[in-house]
Amino acid sequence: MSAFDIAVVGAGPAGIAAACRAAENGARVVVIDDNPAPGGQIWRGEKSEPWIERFKRSGAVLERDTAVDERVRQRGAKLILATGARELFLPFPGWTLPGVTGVGGLQALIKSGLAVKGMRVVIAGSGPLLLAAASLARSKGAVVRLVAEQAPGGRVTGFAGALWRHPGKALQGAELILTLIGVRYDAGCFVEEACGEGQVEHVRVRRGERAWEEKCDLLAVGFGLVPNTELAALLGCDLDSGFVRTGDWQQTSVPGVYAAGELTGIGGVEKSLVEGEIAGLAAAGREADAERLFSRRASWKRFAARLQSAFALEPVLKKLAREDTCVCRCEDVPLSELKGRASWREAKLQTRCGMGSCQGRICGAATREILGWGADSVRPPAFPTKVRNLIESKSS
Amino acid sequence: MPERIRIIVDGRELHVDRGVTVAAAMMNAGIRAFRQSVSGEARGPLCGMGVCMECRVTINREPHCRSCQTLCEDGMEVQTR
Ligand SMILES: Cc1cc2nc3c(=O)[nH]c(=O)nc-3n(C[C@H](O)[C@H](O)[C@H](O)COP(=O)(O)OP(=O)(O)OC[C@H]3O[C@@H](n4cnc5c(N)ncnc54)[C@H](O)[C@@H]3O)c2cc1C
Ligand code: FES
Repeated sequence: MSAFDIAVVGAGPAGIAAACRAAENGARVVVIDDNPAPGGQIWRGEKSEPWIERFKRSGAVLERDTAVDERVRQRGAKLILATGARELFLPFPGWTLPGVTGVGGLQALIKSGLAVKGMRVVIAGSGPLLLAAASLARSKGAVVRLVAEQAPGGRVTGFAGALWRHPGKALQGAELILTLIGVRYDAGCFVEEACGEGQVEHVRVRRGERAWEEKCDLLAVGFGLVPNTELAALLGCDLDSGFVRTGDWQQTSVPGVYAAGELTGIGGVEKSLVEGEIAGLAAAGREADAERLFSRRASWKRFAARLQSAFALEPVLKKLAREDTCVCRCEDVPLSELKGRASWREAKLQTRCGMGSCQGRICGAATREILGWGADSVRPPAFPTKVRNLIESKSS
Repeated sequence: MPERIRIIVDGRELHVDRGVTVAAAMMNAGIRAFRQSVSGEARGPLCGMGVCMECRVTINREPHCRSCQTLCEDGMEVQTR
């Protein structure tokens, strides 16, 4: 017998919405997250977020600082997976230099106390996250030298037009752009190399035939998000093009297991929220209430599809790594050792690529993009509990 | 005003606000090289969210702690290698 009716993994928007709707309908709910505070990638540590307030009143129990593996199945009669996403990194010369971080990585570091006042920052890669990071860095006094969006200007403008159909988003976008006045936002260009002695000092930016240098103290670079599907895969849930496959009620292929948020498709906070609500209601036996949210979900899924096509990656980005560019950062495996391998599995056995301490979380997604290795051959295990305990015990 | 606490990184004393992670505190002190890779390159935080392991340091003699996921505590001792 489980002590809980429903166990939710992940306390981001999707997990919190699921927990609220289920607990408010009388279900006994536990939410488990590996971070010290609820909120997921977007609200981490933000005390004023209404959904977090609602969550605290809902009666659901939060278990923080806890990474779970497949044994979580025993924690609740039903399970809702809301494990979210991480950033996609594509290797390029100099990307291992200290001072080169992710775009979400820079946001996370700033939110956890990194002082960027007066620092020269270049933000590059793709997607709306670039603007969010630029806005945050600037509000904290950074000198944002350039925001380099890889997608061509036409596609980005088309997307901005499409935002009108999603009023909430349009407002967010407008606010962001306002705070950014004075920041250079260039579409159709990308960072092809980061250079410096011991840390990044300047980057080379390219647009077509033209390349130029930008001096900087920090380079934040990110190419979108990759879903955290490891736990779902361990539990035996079917994947579809790298995402967890779900039905109308957000149910997966495994009976009693639901999935909501970025791991079913990258689409931002509103899609995560509405999917979470549907999963929570359905798991609590409130199908009729869940059904009323279907049209809202459909609308955010259309938004997600627009997002994906507007910021689809240009092929040139997958060819930036040179023969000697490090691809697997844990084991220092260069591209030259990986070319010609048939699969992720073979590369792991022959080169130790993906065998290091990140367990292929960074290079697995990267090699899938740049070498075209199949999504299904990339199935790193969830972190073994032992290692996690070791590392995590400090932060509680 | 947040409480000021003290941590020691490679023998050097840093005064930081409570609530700041070890990674942020180290970067604020100008430290960029957090660890050495297997071939000896300097590395520092990449993902900021506990995934990449590039920010690993030794904290209170325990090796391989992710500094981006660890909050500073008064008297904490950190080593980069
Ligand atoms: C680094 C980063 C920064 C972002 N910044 C923004 C932003 O500023 N604005 C914006 O609109 N969108 C941002 N996003 C997009 C963001 O993913 C969504 O908007 C939203 O947070 C998605 O909600 P979610 O609940 O689906 O997933 P997440 O918010 O990713 O929540 C998933 C939670 O599950 C936890 N988890 C995962 N696996 C396990 C496990 N095995 N055991 C225990 N816990 C686990 C994670 O630590 C996380 O707390 C960001 C994404 C990333 C990756
Ligand atoms: S910076 Fe990636 S784990 Fe800390």
